[in-house]
Amino acid sequence: MSRPLLIRGGRVVDPSQSLDAANDVLVVDGKIVEVAPALSPPDDAETVDAAGSLVTPGLIDVHVHLREPGGEHKETIRTGARAAAAGGFTSVCAMPNTSPVIDDPAGVGYVLAQGAAAGASRVYPTGAISLGQEGRNLAAIGEMIEAGAVAITDDGHPVMNSGLMRMALEYAQAFGVPVADHPEDLTLSDRGAMNESLVSTRLGLRGKPNASEDIHIIRDLLLAELTGGHIHLQHVSTAHGVEFIRQAKARGVHVTAEASPHHLLLTDHAVEGFNTNAKMNPPLRSAADREAVQQALADGTLDVIATDHAPHHYDEKEAAFDDAPNGIVGLETSLGLILDRVVGAGIIDLPTMVERMSCQPARAFNLPGGTLAAGSPADLTIIDLDRVWTVDKTAFLSKSANTPFDGWELRGRATHTIVAGKIVWSLDEPD
Amino acid sequence: MSAPTSALGKDLVGLEGLSAAQVTAILNTAEPFKEISERRIKKVPILRGKTIVNLFFEPSTRTRVSFEFAEKRLSADTVNVSASGSSVVKGETLVDTARNLEAMQIDMVVIRHGASGAAGFLAERIPSNVVNAGDGSHEHPTQALLDMLTIRDRLGRIEGLRVCIVGDILHSRVARSNIYGLKALGAEVAVCGPKTLLPIGIEELGVTVFPHVEDAIAWADVLNVLRLQLERMQAGYLPSLREYNQVWGVSNARLQQAPKDVLILHPGPMNRGVEIDSDVADGPHSVILRQVTNGVAVRMAVLYLLAGGAPEQAEAAKEGGEP
Repeated sequence: MSRPLLIRGGRVVDPSQSLDAANDVLVVDGKIVEVAPALSPPDDAETVDAAGSLVTPGLIDVHVHLREPGGEHKETIRTGARAAAAGGFTSVCAMPNTSPVIDDPAGVGYVLAQGAAAGASRVYPTGAISLGQEGRNLAAIGEMIEAGAVAITDDGHPVMNSGLMRMALEYAQAFGVPVADHPEDLTLSDRGAMNESLVSTRLGLRGKPNASEDIHIIRDLLLAELTGGHIHLQHVSTAHGVEFIRQAKARGVHVTAEASPHHLLLTDHAVEGFNTNAKMNPPLRSAADREAVQQALADGTLDVIATDHAPHHYDEKEAAFDDAPNGIVGLETSLGLILDRVVGAGIIDLPTMVERMSCQPARAFNLPGGTLAAGSPADLTIIDLDRVWTVDKTAFLSKSANTPFDGWELRGRATHTIVAGKIVWSLDEPD
Repeated sequence: MSAPTSALGKDLVGLEGLSAAQVTAILNTAEPFKEISERRIKKVPILRGKTIVNLFFEPSTRTRVSFEFAEKRLSADTVNVSASGSSVVKGETLVDTARNLEAMQIDMVVIRHGASGAAGFLAERIPSNVVNAGDGSHEHPTQALLDMLTIRDRLGRIEGLRVCIVGDILHSRVARSNIYGLKALGAEVAVCGPKTLLPIGIEELGVTVFPHVEDAIAWADVLNVLRLQLERMQAGYLPSLREYNQVWGVSNARLQQAPKDVLILHPGPMNRGVEIDSDVADGPHSVILRQVTNGVAVRMAVLYLLAGGAPEQAEAAKEGGEP
């Protein structure tokens, strides 16, 4: 096995153990052995000096698009896993809307194998809810879970058929996985390109009203309540949406939900000038919606921060707004944005950030990690809170550069990403 | 080129953001150009040697022909490229099409495209002057300018007039450009139509909304009646064209209830018996054909100004060559 690793002198924040103090972390054979002050290293140990830095359970992003198979011009599992590591993520969950769709165990096995070969962030596959994500018949859910899928989702294609959604929520319970849904009533949002607002009116773009998302959120919550299943609502963007989730949680409905960095930070004004890097689905909404999403992140209504990392080739975004695809890359900007603009703005504190970016994602998707308890996998992120850097899309490890955050100056960045006790990425010693 | 920058900047993508002085400059520049089209030999050498491409990704007869007359009467060399006859249908992107034309050393592009923002997209990426001849539901600035010139011809002013745009505002680039241009010049602007065809938040642009066309007619000095695309009924915005005519159609019976004469504009092509009745379209208060005539003069003015011409020298330029 690899050499033991001693991470010395960092501020260790692990909400899973209510821990926030200067400590050393000792890792042996890919597992956490001990978290305590002033540990003495084994003779052959590699040491990392983390004095002045934050040490956290490895960050987890439960919503990324790695595009492989079928979209390798945008991203591969290898480039995506390396981009994740560079952003401080030790685990990511790859969405199944590839070509072909991941709707059988062979597809799940392929994603797992490519992820392992990348040798960077862990890559957990998710499987489709319906065959081909066509919204008609259930995919091979049990076999996919057996093969290693950690959730089922038709992300990219909302499950419009309520009867099918009910059955997915019932059927998935046997396997203990969340059913993740992209909440959008397509009959209300059809062909919409952005938020329906004064901005869409001025620009002459077709709008998606908040109600198109809200109606679907309510439906999913009701179906989770009916079935007792676990609904995971992706990238919630509306004020009413978070309120409905808050109420459902109070009733005991098994629901987890995501906030994305872009919905936490931007509004539909970013679309001005027909900026295709501000085109995503759900769209950027109003300032009131943004504040509601921030508040819901703070009070725990939204459990996890997830990027919806959606790489697109520059040719695809270099188009008229209606013709450009939805989505932006997020893996390499998420942590800096959250530290600088969410924690820095006082919306949440650091331990809450670690909850939302590590502990709760692990719990929601039943992943190992999200804790530094002894015996856990040694997945850690070391963060320099004072590192000031400028987002430079030309320096991304991702294959794609479609970001509205290029040029933003941010304070706080991952310096080391450690997976199973191995440093898979180091800011100052990039491979 | 006499001047590197024009009174309008490099391009005319829309009227949003243009000042009253800029809009007035275009209208004033159009005045001396009207006369060229009345000559026996309808040609002046103002744009001699300039190459203009009319790049039409959507079918258009009126606008394309109007631009082409404007260009030819100013002695420009013009090429028409339409989507159906170009490599666009072979999957070439908008930016590649433009770059290929640019590589042939052109001076101006007039673009019509089905996507909002397409004209601005092109303008940001090529050094040629770009004129928006309609982009999606966004803007159609030369149409609004010719509408304003026609109103000013008949009523002597824009400021203080009440102009109501009637019909499918949601999908209308003509409506948006008219709202921006008319408001810049101090008109009061209203819109009227079924709520399914009114975009959300339109009041925040400073326009009044009339649900009933009778109320709009009673209020207005000018009605600009928009074409109702037949597809709107198929898409479920309306129950039927017959019902639209009965509820929102502009008819003589309705106009006769108005306290004063109302000037009638329509950007064409008309659906007679749907949004406008024939006796209104052909009646004494209709300036629909005058709009078409003015369209050529306004487009000449825009091309002249973008080429660097000075508004106050337009009269002299007609006889003196390049701007």
